[in-house]
Amino acid sequence: MLVNEKIAIEHGLKSDEYKKICKLLKRTPNITELGIFSAMWNEHCSYKSSRIHLKKLPTKGKKVIQGPGENAGVIDIEDSDAIVFKIESHNHPSFIEPYQGAATGVGGIMRDVFTMGARPIANLNSIHFGSPQNKKTKNLLRGVVHGIGGYGNCMGVPTVGGQTSFDSSYNGNILVNAMTLGLVKKNKIFYSKAAGLNKPVIYVGSKTGRDGIHGASMASASFDDKIEEKKPTVQVGDPFTEKLLLEACLELMAGDSIIAIQDMGAAGLTSSSIEMASKGNLGIEIDLSKVPCRESNMTPYEIMLSESQERMLIILENGKEDLAKKIFDKWNLDFAVIGKTTNTKNIELFFDQKQVAKIPVNTLVENSPMYDRKWKKSKLPKKIKHDRSKLKNLKIKETLKKILSSPNICSKEWIWEQYDHTVMGDTIQKPGGDSGVIRIHGTDKAVAATVDSSATYCWAHPLTGGKQVVCETWRNLISVGAKPIAITNCLNFGSPEKEENMGEFVECVQGIGEACKYLEYPVVSGNVSFYNQTKEIGIKPTPAIGGVGLIKDYKKMITMNFKGTGNQILVIGKTEGHIDQSLFARVILNEKNGPPPEVNLFNEKNNGETLLNLIDKNYVKSAHDVSLGGIITAISKMCIKGNKGVELKIPKFLINEIEYFFAEDQGRYIIEVSLEDLKNVTKILDKNSVHYDEIGKIIDKDLIINQKTKVTIDELKSYNTNWLKEYMN
Amino acid sequence: MKVSAVITLKKDVLDPQGKVIHETLDGMGFNSVNEVRQGKYFEIDVKENDPKKAKDLVESMCKKLLANLVIENYKIIETQ
Amino acid sequence: MKSSVITFPGSNCDRDMDVALSKFGFKNKMVWHNDQELPKSDLIVLPGGFSYGDYLRCGSMASKSKIMHSVINFAKSGGLVMGICNGFQILVESGLVPGVLLRNKYLQFICKNVHVKVDNEENSFFKNLDKKVLEFHIAHNEGNYFCTSDQLKEIEDNNQIAIYYCDKNGNTNDQTNPNGSIKNIAGIFNKEKNVLGMMPHPERMIDESLSGEDGSIFFKNLLNNIK
Repeated sequence: MLVNEKIAIEHGLKSDEYKKICKLLKRTPNITELGIFSAMWNEHCSYKSSRIHLKKLPTKGKKVIQGPGENAGVIDIEDSDAIVFKIESHNHPSFIEPYQGAATGVGGIMRDVFTMGARPIANLNSIHFGSPQNKKTKNLLRGVVHGIGGYGNCMGVPTVGGQTSFDSSYNGNILVNAMTLGLVKKNKIFYSKAAGLNKPVIYVGSKTGRDGIHGASMASASFDDKIEEKKPTVQVGDPFTEKLLLEACLELMAGDSIIAIQDMGAAGLTSSSIEMASKGNLGIEIDLSKVPCRESNMTPYEIMLSESQERMLIILENGKEDLAKKIFDKWNLDFAVIGKTTNTKNIELFFDQKQVAKIPVNTLVENSPMYDRKWKKSKLPKKIKHDRSKLKNLKIKETLKKILSSPNICSKEWIWEQYDHTVMGDTIQKPGGDSGVIRIHGTDKAVAATVDSSATYCWAHPLTGGKQVVCETWRNLISVGAKPIAITNCLNFGSPEKEENMGEFVECVQGIGEACKYLEYPVVSGNVSFYNQTKEIGIKPTPAIGGVGLIKDYKKMITMNFKGTGNQILVIGKTEGHIDQSLFARVILNEKNGPPPEVNLFNEKNNGETLLNLIDKNYVKSAHDVSLGGIITAISKMCIKGNKGVELKIPKFLINEIEYFFAEDQGRYIIEVSLEDLKNVTKILDKNSVHYDEIGKIIDKDLIINQKTKVTIDELKSYNTNWLKEYMN
Repeated sequence: MKVSAVITLKKDVLDPQGKVIHETLDGMGFNSVNEVRQGKYFEIDVKENDPKKAKDLVESMCKKLLANLVIENYKIIETQ
Repeated sequence: MKSSVITFPGSNCDRDMDVALSKFGFKNKMVWHNDQELPKSDLIVLPGGFSYGDYLRCGSMASKSKIMHSVINFAKSGGLVMGICNGFQILVESGLVPGVLLRNKYLQFICKNVHVKVDNEENSFFKNLDKKVLEFHIAHNEGNYFCTSDQLKEIEDNNQIAIYYCDKNGNTNDQTNPNGSIKNIAGIFNKEKNVLGMMPHPERMIDESLSGEDGSIFFKNLLNNIK
């Protein structure tokens, strides 16, 4: 088949990109070569629109063993242990086929983690759906949840946390972001950098079929009316084979046979082979006739671009082939020597004894396009003047009921009960808390992990929103007693070719960078997903941030359930009464405008570190960060979880209790301390200049406010737990 | 009138179940199997006596619900 | 006391079971499904997980694996065999205990704590147990126990029902039935009571930091009964 510009454009390449290819090769590419270029140069693999901005993120730190650029990031958790973790999107496939899309997303991220030698120990996910009223939402939610569970449960990896949001901006483009943490010994981490000449290149795992051909290109195309035509590219996940692949890889990794290993994810054999060669500054030669194929008559083009799941590419030490084959035979997986490393710095492909492609590796990687796209700066919206008298007339109980039962606040138990969250026997904090916490098997240590997003804040003001999401995950980790170490980010945005969407991206990234830098909380891995839009309408900018922290002694872990009657409740951090962009503003006032709450990084850090200090001194009985829905929402959840009541008195100097209870000012926590520790606690808070309010005490039952409002715990529970169950049944 | 429909995975779509069943059969001594593909079978009794109309009705059910056309094909196999 | 845990392709609670058995004093060995012979054991455990991906029917393909011939012989000669979750499904498929396990009534995977009532103490698994109601953990998609009415009568006549789903006070009713099992059945014996299949995972309840500690009670008692 002769290649021309028209065919190149059908492959998603731009006209000038095609011209650049011809110039680099000094000839017209053949169809296989064109397929390879289109896969490597699309947004998903090349990060061509995002690269120059991502460079600005802080990625180094004392605890960082590996930052972005590998299959996943790696952090030091002391002794000989390290945690490998990453988050990745699978948005477009999940909209087309929610079960398989979500399942293969979970499978893909777990492969990224065990490729580095780590056994996955926890999964999390951040999923965003359209408005509950949208007729597709229910089926998409059901399919995605079944898919995530179907894959993770079968793998035997606990799903310990996550986040689910609804917003009409996702009506035509849902988000499915999956995150995995793995545990590895520091001296047994595997990388994807090839090394040495004439080393055997090994293919292992499932056979190659025609699945997902051009999936990576699909991830970089927005949905339009022709969506139906894109359907045949969806891959089917096989968690059983992945479980075998995991065990086989870890068994081989226990020895010293592997030089480099890379999973075949987006753009399959193409990107895995090229990345390994590129990192090692080597060439690679592959005989495609030797690739195990599921279908007959597969062409080189199809073999190179197939996105069949559960496959790995390995570069072995010479002479280790038999040993490796024995392991993969034991686990009943395909194993084939398909090529070798060379010094040509080319990727050379053969099929039926004929050369079918020859491309210099650097043209695919270093010379791939990089764009400094035009972007538009957003202004901070003006504050809304709320009618105070109107606020005063609101009944707290009624308002609280509406907030607690709103889709974005309500309990997500219906979802996480479908995920096995206890397998592996080390889950010490289940979903539904501030972070999932998993013990490091056989030690006193535990890691905490959380994932969050705040699309509404990011939409109102991307710079502030970007900062806020990072801080939110930081607080989630502190609230369970973990010292935050690093983050992974999944940047879900609209089209980079539109100035507004690109601006949202640039400024969110800037905000993320500022917060990470200030909090010494670097980015170690991540993924960018652009073109999340339907027709011309982009989603709200949605960076999802996954944070990981360490608890040195797991017995000091904190949960959010109120513990003891008579204990005192403090609000850490100052409440100014910021209502704009709050859940309260949207749900109760139907007000969508105004700026998001300001993020003060000094207070954020100071409040968080002081709280960790209090936790370390065993003063804190329970803690929960204040976020969506404000103080009263946070307290209600602590009452529900602990099956205890509270008696609250709000400080007199505030004008309006509605503002006090529902405002979403940042940097705040609710903590429970015993009466006898109260003095010591306030002393430490004062010494560190941390603002706090003493707002009440724990009682046996009922939430009572200023001796006027009374809500029973059963009422709170029913407000909070019923909505999702009723919606789904 | 009863109409039957068979739903199978499309030709090029991976069938993990079929693959594992094949391997197990092989392990049990059934060595002459080339391939196993697993599907679903539906027997639907419709209030319709015209075979053509009954078939059309079930076909529409296959398209709209019974088959996931992203990965599956359907076949109306018989009426009685 | 010696125990053996069988690892099938796709088993994923094999390590958890090994940890639990070892913690309470068993000398445990892991056995690969493709092995022909069992090591000398006082107890064989078929662990939870997704053997063969739960494809076709849960447990169906694992029940045909090489090691199962030895497990069946071991059980027939009176040896103690316990199948947890997927292990229970394998026992059912291999015919060692009666009935079948269907998909959960609400067609969803369920992972949560439940209470179970111990019904029969004339056996090595539950004899001498201090508590009548235990808090265990379930995590399954196909735990809806079913059998024909003739079978049920036989099971009841032989006292083969091991545990029922119940509330913390031991009441069994529809509200305490998480998956639609007939008669709230959570676990069942063979006629001779040396083979136990149950959906709940005691191995996930062996530490106060985990979901609970009633698993510890179960394992300690089991070890004492076998001694």
